[in-house]
Amino acid sequence: MSTAILLVVTGLGLGALYFLAASGLSLIYGLMGVLNFAHGAFMLAGAYAGWLTMGALPGSVPVGVKLLLAVLVATAVGAVVGLVVEVVLIRPLYRRHIQQVLVTVGLALAGTAAVQGIWGSDPHPIDKPAWLAGTTEVAGAQLPNDRFLYIGVAVVVFLGLLALLRFTRLGLVIRAGVENRTMVEALGIDVQSTFTVVFAMGGAAAGLAGILYATYAGSVSPAQGASLLIFAFIVVVIGGMGSFVGTAVAAVLVGLVQQLANYYAASGVGDLSVVLLLAVVLLVRRPSIEAGRA
Amino acid sequence: MRAVKTVPAVLVLLVLAYLPYVPQTVPGLFPDRVNGPGSLQLLAVCLTLAGIALSYDVLFGRTGLLSFGHALFVAAGSYFLTTTMTTWSLPLWLAAVVALAGTTLLALVVGAISLRVGGIAFAMVTLAFAQAASIIVLRNPGDLTGGEEGKALPRAGVPDLFVGVANAPYRYWLALGFVVIAWCAVTWLIRSRAGHAMAAVRENEPRAAVLGIDTYRTKLLAVVVGAFVGGLGGVVHAVVLGGSNPHITTPEFTLSLLVMVVLGGAGSRWGAVLGGFLYTYADARLVELSGTSAFSVLPEGLRAVLSQPLFILGLLFIIVVYFAPAGLTGLASGRRLFIRKKETP
Repeated sequence: MSTAILLVVTGLGLGALYFLAASGLSLIYGLMGVLNFAHGAFMLAGAYAGWLTMGALPGSVPVGVKLLLAVLVATAVGAVVGLVVEVVLIRPLYRRHIQQVLVTVGLALAGTAAVQGIWGSDPHPIDKPAWLAGTTEVAGAQLPNDRFLYIGVAVVVFLGLLALLRFTRLGLVIRAGVENRTMVEALGIDVQSTFTVVFAMGGAAAGLAGILYATYAGSVSPAQGASLLIFAFIVVVIGGMGSFVGTAVAAVLVGLVQQLANYYAASGVGDLSVVLLLAVVLLVRRPSIEAGRA
Repeated sequence: MRAVKTVPAVLVLLVLAYLPYVPQTVPGLFPDRVNGPGSLQLLAVCLTLAGIALSYDVLFGRTGLLSFGHALFVAAGSYFLTTTMTTWSLPLWLAAVVALAGTTLLALVVGAISLRVGGIAFAMVTLAFAQAASIIVLRNPGDLTGGEEGKALPRAGVPDLFVGVANAPYRYWLALGFVVIAWCAVTWLIRSRAGHAMAAVRENEPRAAVLGIDTYRTKLLAVVVGAFVGGLGGVVHAVVLGGSNPHITTPEFTLSLLVMVVLGGAGSRWGAVLGGFLYTYADARLVELSGTSAFSVLPEGLRAVLSQPLFILGLLFIIVVYFAPAGLTGLASGRRLFIRKKETP
């Protein structure tokens, strides 16, 4: 029983990280039809910004405060990077989806290479406060505290974005844009500036995911962005391409499946079973829904 | 007219085939003299990648399929070859046949599943499959794939001609032969009915479907043919490098194929081949360039960034996407690329 609780909580923690990584992708894809390969580079930007912040702060500052500041800086840096990329690189290629994807691919290559060139390809350890590295006992299971943090942050982000989508004017425009962008434009609403805001929001979520994933891995390294990005892609596809709630459900599902399969089958089977899950979802779902979207 | 058009290709082929007889040194361009083992090995790898880029162009440039899983098929060719030769002690030619059959079967299954979605979703799904294969290879199940170390080609099954430093010219000719086969296969394909159907699907898929083309089967054929040629490229790659390298299983490898094709010019045989050749050459040689004195005048941070070939290639890629969407060959001919046209909403 205690093992089951442990697996569920760690699986949820992993799912929370996947959700944070995938939410930005899903928002951007849903509204703009841009598959953002540079999302991994955004996550790297956040992770390294956070790591540099923690290194720059004086040693007298408690580690917890350092981490909090690192998270804030990472989120802000992610947002700025997303904003700049949208305005400078994505906007001129408006409606040319394949070229937009290609540009983000180039950006992902160059960004990762730049990080590797400046800070090296070796992982840099990242400090964690003692309470985050410890465990809490719940019903006989020793649960790592950091998973609760990830779950908490993911729930806050999920509810925040959901509220934004449901109750604000911006959310109304985004939802309408996902549904039928041409009609929204025809009604005289400035979708262009909404794109910029959504890209910045996606970048912020990516930066947040990047620094939190770095604490999960215990270090920052240039390869982190790409490895997290692939699971984020899988989550977005299983969640139904651009459906925000679907992304959240899929993230939890993928995290749980991965953790359970890793424990009950063999280490490494979890990653494969996620891909299998994706294949099953694609085979069962009616193919026509996304097939028309290019 | 068609005969005249093949003249430049034949000329280039003849020059390339003669290179192992050229003893001169070209400073800066090659590591040693042109027919030295270092230069020929580098050229052989470049040619292999040129052929593999050509196979990827069957999907991307000819059919308009944005696949991020092509590495899967190249890796399948390579790893099926090395594992069957090690496990069953097959001779090289038989292992190559088995590897190609296995790759084709894999392409049928993976293509049939992932083509149930279109456009960007297809890209993501193929990426996931390739990632799964990459994970399997790195986990090294039953010591089959060699994990991060890669899998060496067993010495016993390979003909003496392809082994050893002195035989670099033969490996070079093997790679050249592969490019010729890939070129002929792609030429034959694009001139066939199926090739025209692929072009129709690329230009406007709903219209092709209305015209009575079975778009699903057309796309599946493109995936399978691309995988077959790519798998052959994997086989040649394994022979040229003396084994399978886990790098060719990674999504980054597929991304580099995409960069090659777009750099050279998508939907053009010259474009894909030139892109593949130049990219591989630049990736290998830029590292050495960054160690030269010309670089030491630059500030530390800039030098660190510029010493990464992928940084330069990534930037170049973005520039090409913006300013030369038809690639380097498109610059020469003024040809417009299909993705240049504005998509209808």
